[in-house]
Amino acid sequence: MNPILTGPLAVAGISTILALIISILDKLLNNYGQLDITINGKKTLNVRGGSPLLGTLAAEGIFVPSACGGRGSCGACKCKVLTDVGPHLPTETPYLSPDEIARNVRLACQVKVRKNLEIELPEELFSVKKFTSRVESIKDLTYDIKEVLLALEGQEIEFQAGQYVQLVVPPYGDIAESVQRAYSMSSRPSDKKRVELLVRLVPGGIATTWVHKFLKQGQQVEVVGAFGEFHIHDTPAAMICVAGGSGMAPFKSMLYHMNETGAFPEKEIWYFFGARSLRDMFYLDEMRELSARWPRFHFVAALSEPKPEDNWTGETGLITDVLDRYLQSKVDAGKGLEGYLCGSPGMINACINVMKKNGMGEDKIYFDKFA
Amino acid sequence: MANAPNVGLIPLFLASILTSNILLSNFLGTCSFISISKDFKSSMGLGVAVTMVIGLCSAVCWAVLRYIIEPLGIVYLSFIIFIIVIAGVVQMLEMIIDRFSPSLYMALGIFLPLITVNCAVLGVILFMQIRNYNFLQSVVFGFGSGAGWWLAIMLLASIRTKLDANSAVPAGLKGTGITMITIGFMAMAFIGFSGMIAVQ
Repeated sequence: MNPILTGPLAVAGISTILALIISILDKLLNNYGQLDITINGKKTLNVRGGSPLLGTLAAEGIFVPSACGGRGSCGACKCKVLTDVGPHLPTETPYLSPDEIARNVRLACQVKVRKNLEIELPEELFSVKKFTSRVESIKDLTYDIKEVLLALEGQEIEFQAGQYVQLVVPPYGDIAESVQRAYSMSSRPSDKKRVELLVRLVPGGIATTWVHKFLKQGQQVEVVGAFGEFHIHDTPAAMICVAGGSGMAPFKSMLYHMNETGAFPEKEIWYFFGARSLRDMFYLDEMRELSARWPRFHFVAALSEPKPEDNWTGETGLITDVLDRYLQSKVDAGKGLEGYLCGSPGMINACINVMKKNGMGEDKIYFDKFA
Repeated sequence: MANAPNVGLIPLFLASILTSNILLSNFLGTCSFISISKDFKSSMGLGVAVTMVIGLCSAVCWAVLRYIIEPLGIVYLSFIIFIIVIAGVVQMLEMIIDRFSPSLYMALGIFLPLITVNCAVLGVILFMQIRNYNFLQSVVFGFGSGAGWWLAIMLLASIRTKLDANSAVPAGLKGTGITMITIGFMAMAFIGFSGMIAVQ
């Protein structure tokens, strides 16, 4: 045989044989039969064993929140497992506090269903639903951020401004498995038939690439929700909101919701939005228009590296420096201050430091970190 | 095919643990050696896993080498084939342990995939190829090298536990710095064994 062919064929052959053995082993060994999962001592599900708890529950219509889609990198899918399933895995411990470990809280994506399980879940998770929707419109907000408007089919979504949904990304191109990624809703809670998301293109990101390169108007899309603890707190304290990039989403929802319903009338609202240059800035006209007709809302946009052609007359500098200046001189802390942050972990940590430096309590700073 | 070297199995086993310790004489597999050796329990788990994987992989790769690679005259591809075989064997081992010993799986679980990219595994298999070991020699050499790696990481873990409790380590050397120096001393100590048994 041709020596050029022998090598590749042998490598391909060996790989095939190994893959075959592995899939046969998987069929034989990964078969735990039908098992029961009891939730909160009331509801019992009869499921096939062998898969992680997170996916098994999702197949039964119970959606435990998960921002990373089961890769064990977000730590969101916490649930209490009462049955002894062995010690916590090293993949779980970084996301759990010693107290949670002692109370048998586990990450649902890391616990495999191998025997009958008894678990506890927060009751509100049962109201989390899967929605079918159609893409009503996709708009370019900047060169790398798109506004995606989804029209829900048949169902209505109940949520609080600031919560998020998980977008179900079907297999496409080289991506063989369906994944879910979390996006904050930028639509108002009063609009129960539509969900709006802001999606920034992350190079190499599975979901963001799909939204930016493959998703078309009219296409059918599934979302699961609503999840999340990020919401407006009912106190008279002023809101200091800081966002960058697609971190705009929860604030757009909160602001229009408060403006529309007049909720939390005592709250002053400061919204700091940072971008690099004008080409990263969006909703500028909408936010300025809102602040012009709504006295208790103050909008501060800042560019860190404005280009000469931007003709920028607003604030310049890093958003943390701008925030620092305003907290020291312009913001009235009379009724107390609350921090609301949404953006990259780096930005959030920097803002928390600035806020703490200016005397804001850490327990009054709420944030939504991109996982 | 060249003849297998004339080495007894027991000397070979002892040699691979002590005189030519894969870690301290050849410095293979140092990445996980340094990062995992912080605590005793993980070191134990990783040591067991490495021993099993190297032992098993050298047996399987020996067969692949003798019955596929050499007859087909594709020795130039042996690196790639060995890597594929190691990955496959580790995957199977993981599934089997997962099914039959959940407690062992809990202890080893995350270490097994980690070992796929441990250069000690490939290193042992390449030594086995270069030195023309026969099947029994390969298996003994594989398990021996694994056990040697295990011994080394247990030694380092116990030294590090003591060192961490000692405040005399200068701040700049804490962590990896003092660990590298420690490994250097350990390697020098292991050189004391050299020449006692000749295996090559």
